[in-house]
Amino acid sequence: MGANTRGFANLLNTDGTFLSGAINNTSVSGITDLPTAAKSDLVPIIGYGLGNDAAMEHIDGDRSGVAVFDGTYDAYCFTFTNVRPTSDNVDFQWNASTDSGSNFNVTKTTTDWAAGHDEGEVFTSGNLSYDVDADLTQSTGYCRIARGVSSDTDHGVCGELWIFNVASTTHVKHFYSRVSQNDRNNFLYDQHTSGYLNTTSAVDGVAFRFNSGNLSTGDIRVYGLK
Amino acid sequence: MGQATRNIANSFTTSGVITSSAVNNTTISGITDINDLGGSLILISEQTASADASVSFTSGIDSTYDEYWFILNNIHPSGNTGGLGINFSTDGGSNWNVTKTTASFVAMHAENNAIAQIIYENGYDLAQSTADQEICQNIYTGNDESISGIIKLYNPSSTTYVKHFISNTQSYFASARSWHHLIAGYCNTTSAINGVIFRFDTNNMDDGTIQLFGVK
Repeated sequence: MGANTRGFANLLNTDGTFLSGAINNTSVSGITDLPTAAKSDLVPIIGYGLGNDAAMEHIDGDRSGVAVFDGTYDAYCFTFTNVRPTSDNVDFQWNASTDSGSNFNVTKTTTDWAAGHDEGEVFTSGNLSYDVDADLTQSTGYCRIARGVSSDTDHGVCGELWIFNVASTTHVKHFYSRVSQNDRNNFLYDQHTSGYLNTTSAVDGVAFRFNSGNLSTGDIRVYGLK
Repeated sequence: MGQATRNIANSFTTSGVITSSAVNNTTISGITDINDLGGSLILISEQTASADASVSFTSGIDSTYDEYWFILNNIHPSGNTGGLGINFSTDGGSNWNVTKTTASFVAMHAENNAIAQIIYENGYDLAQSTADQEICQNIYTGNDESISGIIKLYNPSSTTYVKHFISNTQSYFASARSWHHLIAGYCNTTSAINGVIFRFDTNNMDDGTIQLFGVK
């Protein structure tokens, strides 16, 4: 005890405050949760590394409960880092589930628009356009996030998708996405999509895929907003 | 040691609970990990402009994080100026001239309602250019005039992919307009990006802060 006391005293300033060495990673290793007020607004939930997968599914309760997608958070953010397809000229898209991933077919109404500009200005000068062929009108189909994505090894999709209040049984579920992407003709697209899942059932899963071929490489990370 | 042990009593309440005065920022400076209980936005550095020709970040941008955010708050020029630009470096800031292709558009609305529109800006996008990408235009020197916003940079340390970035800024345009500027693009290089610079095309950066965050 004497040694402890002496050691303890060495971790004190003369005014009694603790020195920098008094608390370290070991000291706080027993803390596994913080009061809500002390937590960050944006909480990392899980990250998925892609490797020639047909789809990436995030289902509430999967991965031994790590994959949270319920009323724990008011909003969820999916970030995309260099998501690249195995096939060239394919659309990156997503859908939602209300039955824990048995079906990905929630009814949606969406908008889809982009600013585009190609490297060589071969096709046209830059432009801003609404894409009437890509929006959805009460459709259960997959919603496009990125168009005609290139499979070149240095290309991909980067950006994010936000989905709000997924556990609500009162409201439809709004969402929006914005990505920067390369298409097959070396076009840069600043691609925007927004809409709502037209259901008052709780949404408990999402799936990402390309409309043809697989998810070759990249990362998709999931965050919850407190 | 005697003084310290005598004063230790001041660091506890009568019930033995550590008081707020016992622990300060220095005390916990040795903590580098707390079971991932912290948030996902990790502040790497912050700079405050004060009549500077530019503000640059040449450290802290590496493979630690997949995504980096630059949060701009009330950036204000020293003289009437065209716009605030961003550029990138692959050599730690020796050169700011990475090739970029970008798209640029803006939604604007004047205080007098004389203009309200959304347009693509052909004069402010880049096609394989090493020039600065302007993320806003025509910021003047009124004390209340400035630009704020967020620029997100993805996977800058990759030696495989081009480096995408997305800018979302709101500014006070010179002729009393709200100016919401949206830009996205990529640095067309497979070299790692390790520096980012912000500078007005003319005049200095008189005021404002830029924070660099890593997204965990």
